Amino acid sequence: MKKLLTMATVAVLGASPVLADLVFPSLSYRTGPYAANGIPFADGYADYFTLLNERDGGIGGQPVRLIECETGYNTEKGVECYESTKGEGSLVYQPLSTGITYQLIPKASADGIPVHSMGYGRTSAANGKVFEWIFNYPANYWNGASHAINHILDVNGGDVSGKKVALVYHNSAYGKEPIRTLEELSAKHGYDLTLLPVDHPGQEQKSQWLQIRREKPDYVIMWGWGVMNQVAIQEAANIRFPMENFIGIWWSASENDVLPAGDGADGYKALAMNNTGSSFPIYEDLNKYVVDAGKAAGAGDQLGTVLYNRGLYAAMLAAEAAKKAQEIHGVGDITPAQMRDGMEALEITAASMEALGLPDFGPEFAVSCANHGGPGLGAVQQWDASAEKWELISEFGPSDADVINKLIEEDSAAYAAENNITPRDCN
Amino acid sequence: MGPQFFYTIEVILNGLMAGVMYALVALGFVLIFKSSGIFNYAQGVMALFAAQTLVGIQTGLVPFSHLINAVFGTDLHHFGWEIPSVLAILATTLVMIGFAWLVVRLVLKPLAGQEPIILFMATIGLAYFMEGFGDLMWGSDIKKLDVGLPQGGNIGIEESTSFLGGEEFYGFYIDNLDIWAAVIATLLVVALVVFSQYTKVGRALRAVADDHQAALSVGINLETIWVIIWSVAGFVALVAGIMWGAKLGVQFSLSLIALKALPVLMLGGFTSIPGAIVGGLIIGVGEKLFEFSIGPLIGGATENWFAYVLALVFLVFRPQGLFGEKIIERV
Repeated sequence: MKKLLTMATVAVLGASPVLADLVFPSLSYRTGPYAANGIPFADGYADYFTLLNERDGGIGGQPVRLIECETGYNTEKGVECYESTKGEGSLVYQPLSTGITYQLIPKASADGIPVHSMGYGRTSAANGKVFEWIFNYPANYWNGASHAINHILDVNGGDVSGKKVALVYHNSAYGKEPIRTLEELSAKHGYDLTLLPVDHPGQEQKSQWLQIRREKPDYVIMWGWGVMNQVAIQEAANIRFPMENFIGIWWSASENDVLPAGDGADGYKALAMNNTGSSFPIYEDLNKYVVDAGKAAGAGDQLGTVLYNRGLYAAMLAAEAAKKAQEIHGVGDITPAQMRDGMEALEITAASMEALGLPDFGPEFAVSCANHGGPGLGAVQQWDASAEKWELISEFGPSDADVINKLIEEDSAAYAAENNITPRDCN
Repeated sequence: MGPQFFYTIEVILNGLMAGVMYALVALGFVLIFKSSGIFNYAQGVMALFAAQTLVGIQTGLVPFSHLINAVFGTDLHHFGWEIPSVLAILATTLVMIGFAWLVVRLVLKPLAGQEPIILFMATIGLAYFMEGFGDLMWGSDIKKLDVGLPQGGNIGIEESTSFLGGEEFYGFYIDNLDIWAAVIATLLVVALVVFSQYTKVGRALRAVADDHQAALSVGINLETIWVIIWSVAGFVALVAGIMWGAKLGVQFSLSLIALKALPVLMLGGFTSIPGAIVGGLIIGVGEKLFEFSIGPLIGGATENWFAYVLALVFLVFRPQGLFGEKIIERV
C-alpha cells in the first residue's frame, strides 16, 4: 500500500507542469525608528506582485513568490536578510537603504544577483561598465540635487547668481551625497551654498534654523530622513521661512513628513521620481483583486500614499524587467543573470505605463549596458495642507548631465581602481 | 553693540529653552533612580508610549485594531469620537498608573533584592517590549499631537526686541512651545518638591530613597512606594511626551529623546531634581553656544557629541554630578 501511494505521488508530481516561482525578496522595515516609512513602501511592493499573481497568474505565466525579510533599517540585519534569501533563487534585491546597498554591492556582484537601488545607494553605480550588477534607475541623488537647482533656476527665470542656497542635511554618508554636485552647480550658476549638517536622528535642529533665520538664504534644500524631516519642516514653519522655497529630496517627501506640522507645512516642495495619489486605473484592479479580496499587505490602509506608490513603482519596474528578461531569453523561469539582462534592456515608455494602468506615473526612460541609471529625470511635488495632498507641479525633467556624468565617471573610476575592476566594453 | 552680540544672547536663550526640554526627560530618570537605585532604561519609551496613548485616546483610535482586524477580518480603526485634551491627559495618566502597577507587580517585585544591574537589564527588556507593544496597540504611523499648545516664534518678543541690534537683527526668536515647556517644567518641579517635602507619601518616598531596610522596618510598604514612584515617573514621561511629541509628531524617535537626557544626568547627578533642571540648562546653553561659535569652523553638527564632552568634563571634577550625593563606601 505504502509503495502504491509513493508511486502515485511520483506519478502525479511527474505529470504536473513545472511552474517554478519567480522569487522577489523584499527587504522591508516594518519595525524600528523608520517603520512609518518602511510600511507603505513594503505594502506597495507586495500588493503589486499580489495583483500580478491574482489577476495575471504572475509574470509571463510564472507565479511570483515574494519573500519579505525584516531589516529594521539596520545594515547588519539587511546583510543577514540577503544571505538568508539569496539561495531561494532571488532575482533582484531592492535594499531600501543606502547602508545596506553599499554592503551588498560587492556581495551581489560576486554572487551574480542584480541590485536595484532606486533613488538611493551608491550614485556612481549608474555606470554600468563598472557596476555590472547594480542599477539605480530612474534617478539618483546627484540627479536629485540637480533637479532642485533646476527648479530654483526655473522660478528665477534661469538666473540664480548671487542667490543664497542652504543645504540642511543628515550628517551621514546619505546626507552628504548631494554636496559635491551642489558645489559644482554653485560654481556653474553662481549661487552661494551654505552647508548645515544635522546630527542623527535630528530631533533637535534649533541651531540650524536659527542660523537660517539669521542668514536668510533664499532657498533651503533638505536631505533628510525620518524624524529629521518632520522637525525641519516644523522649524521652518516656526521661523516663518517661505515654504515654497523649501525643497526636500524624494526621501523627505511623504505624508509622514508634512502632516505633523499641520498648516505650517503648506507649500513645502519635494522632489519626486514617481507620481502621487491614487487616481490611476491600476487602483481599480488593486481594490478588486487585492484589497477587496482581503489580500492586501499590512493593514491595507496605505494605498495612494507617496511611499506606497514608490513601492508599487519599484515592483512595477522589477516586473517589467522580468518580462523583458523572459522575452530576451525565451523562458518563463528566469535566472538572476537573465533578470540582469532584462534590467539592462528595460525601456519604460508612456505607452507601456498607460498599458499597465499607470499613465504618467513615472518618467520615460531606457537602461543600457553603459547607463544603469537612465537619464535621471525627476519632478517636483508640492504639499497642499488644507487638502492634505501632494500634487505634482512639474513635468519629469532632466538633470544637468554635463556636471553629473563627469562626477559619475570620476567616482566609478575610483571604485574600479580600488577594486581591480576592468570596466566592461559596452560598444 | 552689534547684531552678533544679540544673536549670541538669542542662542543662549534658546539653549536655556532646549535645556528645559532635556530636563523634562531627565526628571523621570531621576525620580526612579533616587527612590530605587534603578537606572530606568525604559524612560524614553515610556514617554513614547504615553504620547501614543494620549493621541490614541484623544482621537478615538481603537487599540490593537490591526491585530483585531487581522484575526477577525473586521475593519475597525476609530470609535468615531474625539475627547477633549484635558480628559485625554487624565485618562492617559490613569493608563500610566496602571502601567506602573503592572511593572512593579510583574518585573520589580519578583526581582526585589537583586543587584541593580539585574534591574537595569530588566528595564532594557521592558523598553524593547514596550516599543513593540506601543506599536501593536496604536500603530507605528506618525501621529500629530495637538493639545492646544502654540508653536512658532513668539511675535511679541520678536517685534519688541528687533530695535536692539540694528537692521541686521530681527529680534529675539523664542518658540512659543519652548516658553510653555519652561512654564510647565517649573510647575512640575515645584509640584514634585512640594510632594516630596510636605506630604506624608513624599516623606515615605524620601525614607525609601535614603535606606530601603530602615524604611521597611518602620512599616513603609515598598511595593506601594514603587507604584507611586513609577506612576509619577509615568506622568513626567507623559509631560515630556506631550512637549516633544508636539515638536516631532508622535513617532518611534520620541523614545530616543532619552539620549538627550543622559549628559544632563551625568552633569546634574542621578539623584537630584534641581540637578536635572540645572544640568539641562547647562547642557542646552553649552551645546548651542559651541555650535554657534565653534561649529562653523569644524563642519557643524557638534551638539550631540559636545553635550557628552561637557558632561564628561564635569564628571572629572565632580563624579557624583553637580547636585548628586557623594557616595563613600568604606571597606
